[in-house]
Amino acid sequence: MAVAKSQVSSKAATTDGRKPAARAAKAASARTAGAKPSIAEFSRDEELAAYREMLLIRRFEEKAGQMYGMGLIHGFCHLYIGQEAVVVGMQMAIRTGEDQVITGYRDHGHMLATGMDAKGVMAELTGRRDGYSRGKGGSMHMFSIEKQFFGGHGIVGAQVSLGTGLAFANRYRKNDRVSLTYFGDGAANQGQVYESFNMAELWKLPVIYIIENNRYAMGTSVSRSSAQTDFSKRGLSFNIPGEQVDGMDVRAVRAAGERAVEWCRAGKGPYILEMQTYRYRGHSMSDPAKYRSKDEVQKMRTEHDPIEQVRLRLIDKGWASEDDLKKVDAEVRDIVNEAADFAQNSPEPDASELWTDILK
Amino acid sequence: MPIEILMPALSPTMEEGTLSKWLKKEGDSVKSGDVIAEIETDKATMEVEAIDDGKIGKLLIPEGSQNVKVNTPIAVLLADGEDASAASAAPAKDEHGVPEAAKNGSGEAGSAPAASAGAAPAAPAAIKTEIANDPDIPAGTEFVTMTVREALRDAMAEEMRRDADVFVIGEEVAEYQGAYKITQGLLQEFGADRVIDTPITEHGFAGLATGAALAGLKPIVEFMTFNFAMQAIDQIINSAAKTLYMSGGQLGASIVFRGPNGAASRVGAQHSQDYSAWYSQIPGLKVVVPYTAADAKGLLKAAIRDPNPVVFLENEMVYGHSFEVPKLDDFVLPIGKARIHKAGKDVTIVSFGIGMSYAIKAAEQLAAEGIDAEVIDLRTLRPLDIDTVIASVKKTGRCVTVEEGWPQNSVGSEIASQLMEKAFDYLDAPVLKVTGKDVPMPYAANLEKLALPNVGEVIAAVKAVTYR
Repeated sequence: MAVAKSQVSSKAATTDGRKPAARAAKAASARTAGAKPSIAEFSRDEELAAYREMLLIRRFEEKAGQMYGMGLIHGFCHLYIGQEAVVVGMQMAIRTGEDQVITGYRDHGHMLATGMDAKGVMAELTGRRDGYSRGKGGSMHMFSIEKQFFGGHGIVGAQVSLGTGLAFANRYRKNDRVSLTYFGDGAANQGQVYESFNMAELWKLPVIYIIENNRYAMGTSVSRSSAQTDFSKRGLSFNIPGEQVDGMDVRAVRAAGERAVEWCRAGKGPYILEMQTYRYRGHSMSDPAKYRSKDEVQKMRTEHDPIEQVRLRLIDKGWASEDDLKKVDAEVRDIVNEAADFAQNSPEPDASELWTDILK
Repeated sequence: MPIEILMPALSPTMEEGTLSKWLKKEGDSVKSGDVIAEIETDKATMEVEAIDDGKIGKLLIPEGSQNVKVNTPIAVLLADGEDASAASAAPAKDEHGVPEAAKNGSGEAGSAPAASAGAAPAAPAAIKTEIANDPDIPAGTEFVTMTVREALRDAMAEEMRRDADVFVIGEEVAEYQGAYKITQGLLQEFGADRVIDTPITEHGFAGLATGAALAGLKPIVEFMTFNFAMQAIDQIINSAAKTLYMSGGQLGASIVFRGPNGAASRVGAQHSQDYSAWYSQIPGLKVVVPYTAADAKGLLKAAIRDPNPVVFLENEMVYGHSFEVPKLDDFVLPIGKARIHKAGKDVTIVSFGIGMSYAIKAAEQLAAEGIDAEVIDLRTLRPLDIDTVIASVKKTGRCVTVEEGWPQNSVGSEIASQLMEKAFDYLDAPVLKVTGKDVPMPYAANLEKLALPNVGEVIAAVKAVTYR
């Protein structure tokens, strides 16, 4: 039982008369500014990999936003810019292609992080036949069995029950896979989240609930929507341990992810990670984000940007030069531009596709 | 004066039960609240408590007796000073001694939809259906009599033996043996890993099971009733039914959502809704509504094997009905195929599920009046076997639909619409619908009876379209 527990579970542990785990105190201080508990030390390769992955998501989303403005992408399009460290750090903590990933509608970053091809994702955004769902899903509905990415769900909170079911399947099959079930601070107020928490803890299902707290449920701030704004405590009454994590620091994310994964693989049941993060853009493309100040956004960008943090460390440590990083940026831009070209040139689905894939 | 203890009704639909055990013997003193007997209903074994103080004068029904009708005197309780000779006189008082209230209790069970206007009330167990003409059952097949309840359980057990990915999940499916005893014995055979009691959390467990299905397992989700599935309908439709399409065919859910649907008896508006038309509208779902035990078995097995989400709508009133079921090692029926229950030439009566009970009785009575009705059991509502209906209407020129659900946008509405499009020139009369009334289900016995369709309405509709 030497595994780290959060402030949530450690409180429970104290009342139990058990000794709180050593790292609990650190986790408890995660909320306070500047405190960065249990940050994984990254090697040069890891820093570079994280930098590249996050940059790919950033550039991809910028391109998607641009193409939306050009009328090439339609409907709902929710960009992940600002939150990149969450999915990249978590993906570094799991076994890609074995552990499952499921999320809501702000899903492009998750797909790219699992290794899904940028071309296929972008072609889905343009509604073309080479998209992951052959143009029939759109921004919110893409899947990859190969990468064990289970969507891409448009009903806020529905993915939480589904992700719990993925974990149920792992337990049923007696394997040691873990389900990463992502949702936002908004979804955290849906009833089925708590129905799922209850069953997950009751049956000790290997699911990590990753609450991406980007402070706004569409336009409603956490303080206006949530009686309990510390989302790591949302599992308290189910005895699910939870941690608040600096979701802008990829190292903190990975470290927390590894603790949670270890907990789940050991058969101890679910784990909650509240990722404190921020989205730079509006909720969707049509959101001017009038509900928050420009200063607030600017402050996050300049002081907490997840990509900039890695860039500075790479430079500081002499692990990469400005030129090296420009090269990475150029490579990433090539991938994104190629994806954009591909997505515009892929034909629309054949009309016959209207009637396929309704039933197997 | 000796008091008769009557066989109690222990559930809304109980008409009879087994007196499994006497816990008191003749001559024993009992106090109000003492448990005197155990009675097994179709749902559970229940303890019967004495309501009055006294001494057991006579046990009228021996323990182990089956099919003891509700309100049958089962024992006689003597007051102080009375002796057994008074008890022996008691049965003679049967006709007059039963309090009016108890008679009404009996009427409750009798108000089941099966006992409808103009029809001779028949005990449910007596309903037998000819199914030998189902072309999907090989000629010469031996049949066994079983209830719909047993057929459903056997279907699940057979499929669970066959495929380790199949499991049952829902409220009270395991330890309780099923709220309606459909999962009886499954926990004992397959263990708690595969027969899973959930908390009362329909939205959550429907989503969880759908997630497990996306991961490749084959869940059977039991809703205690489909009324409660309304809490879960988002997962059924948005997650289970649409994912295959949204993923461009990559990812689907092989899952069965099953349980009793529609009105039971005297349970009021929130527990009496028929969702047949609702689910039948959704692309990406298959919707099965069996009536006979054979169809229940063959189609549930097919549903469990189906790679798509299947909504399997049962009916509590029919669970205890017995039918002939083919004795085959692996009896699987095709989903999406209607069955001609009775061939006829004058009019086509189309129904499904419990609606068939009205259709069949109406056809029998119409036959006596010289009207030869063809009765079609749709069995599946999605995909809808409209071809079988059209072929029949081309022969008869007239059609009446029968269902318990509400009239607007009903299954009958769809049949009428399709017949107008595809068989207009063959129709000699407008298609008529017999449905439940356009009201929430009332509780009062007389109102409930009025809210449901009845045989008389089916007969009247048939006479209207045949201009009799």
